Amino acid sequence: MKKLIALGLLLGAALAAAPLRLATTTSVNDSGLLEAILPGFTRETGIAVQVIAVGTGQALALAGRGDADAVLVHAPDLEARFLREGKGVAHACIAYNNFVIAGPAADPARVGAAADALDAMRRIFAAGATFVSRGDNSGTYHRERALWRASGLDPTGRPWYLESGSGMGATLTLAAEKRAYTLTDLGTFLFMQDKVDLAALFDRPDPRMLNQYGYMVVNPERFPGANREAAYRLRAYLLRADVQRAIGAYLKDRFGRSLFTPLYGRCKVEVSP
Amino acid sequence: MTLAWAEVGEIAARSLGVAGAATLLAALFGLPLGVWLGSRPRRGRMGAQVVLYAGMGLPPVVVGLLFYFLLSRSGPLGGLGLLFTPLAMVLAEAVLAFPMIAGFTLAAVRMRAEGVRRLVRGLGGSERQVLATLLWESRRPITAALAAGFGAAISEVGAATIVGGDIRFHTRVLTTAVVLETRKGELESALALGAVLLGVTLIVTAILVVWGERR
Repeated sequence: MKKLIALGLLLGAALAAAPLRLATTTSVNDSGLLEAILPGFTRETGIAVQVIAVGTGQALALAGRGDADAVLVHAPDLEARFLREGKGVAHACIAYNNFVIAGPAADPARVGAAADALDAMRRIFAAGATFVSRGDNSGTYHRERALWRASGLDPTGRPWYLESGSGMGATLTLAAEKRAYTLTDLGTFLFMQDKVDLAALFDRPDPRMLNQYGYMVVNPERFPGANREAAYRLRAYLLRADVQRAIGAYLKDRFGRSLFTPLYGRCKVEVSP
Repeated sequence: MTLAWAEVGEIAARSLGVAGAATLLAALFGLPLGVWLGSRPRRGRMGAQVVLYAGMGLPPVVVGLLFYFLLSRSGPLGGLGLLFTPLAMVLAEAVLAFPMIAGFTLAAVRMRAEGVRRLVRGLGGSERQVLATLLWESRRPITAALAAGFGAAISEVGAATIVGGDIRFHTRVLTTAVVLETRKGELESALALGAVLLGVTLIVTAILVVWGERR
């Protein structure tokens, strides 16, 4: 009976308002953050949120064809392009954390002793240490390529440079199996650290390792079918002080640090069209 | 296990529903086509036979991608709003199950076609009665065709991911849930879901086989 009532409520909510489709990245979804904060939004507004968790590249591609109402992604340069192309509007910075270079605890390339992120990449390159790249157009992959570019090195085609073509969790598993280095977002790493035999070797504040999550509403003028009102309401909800605090507190007890540090809409890296 | 069993049940029920509907839809077109083609002389069916048999190797991701372009809001059928719904998954999986059902039916009917036609015609039956008799006489191998179609539909993950989107409580099925749990590193949950998937397939196939043998 209880189940029937719950089902009725769900159906009622579904009929009350069209669901909002949010295209986002696996790093946000797989950490469980959305499942922790979105039910509150649905309770308040009656709007169900359908989360499609893919890489940042695919999330923006889907949204750019009108197949999502909003996006939550982490690649500032790609977000800027999305805005510039008129596909997205109302950009807002939601939270940030940092990227981490993870690898075998023995650390053969001595990444732990690196002066900064670029030095860390150069050490991996010089040692020819196995490195697993996402290779999938995700936000993390974009950052990794930017780091290689900035350090003046190109690992493509090197025998030690492996492209996994899969999500962050699977890539960490692969890196652990291969005793390899990889670039990962902090959230996924903390979540996976007791399941994979990898150490966070470079996990320090470095502007190049900043991982910022931005929210955008898919341009309603371009796609008249888009659920514009719900997308704006979710934007307001995500930026609300109590929700921002909840984002910052998510799993803080378990890991002793914030998985996602709230930004209250103030970007660390400017995203302008 | 981080996944609640209640949710596993919900996901399994959706898998069964989507794959079952896809199989029925594919059978609706595949059975008549298979019987008709199987009853034709060799020259009349060879081309179609090649296409159907090759279709058994259709890559699910490619079918999913084609349906994505078809159903996307920017696509020709975008106005229907079908993308990322269970119905979109049914359509894509029906396309995957169709060559299995039509192809295996064709193969089963072909062997009996000549004998059945001679008999039915000899008794004064019409061509339509020939086809009906062929369908009935091939019922056992046709259960194998249905099982193959259902197996293709319930076990594929590529099309389900692309046109379904793996949305929780909406389009998540067992195969996409296995991918998600694996990605999260929850390998025990992934394995348990895989076992449930095998169990569902086994039960459905057993029902089909028993049903085919009893009649």
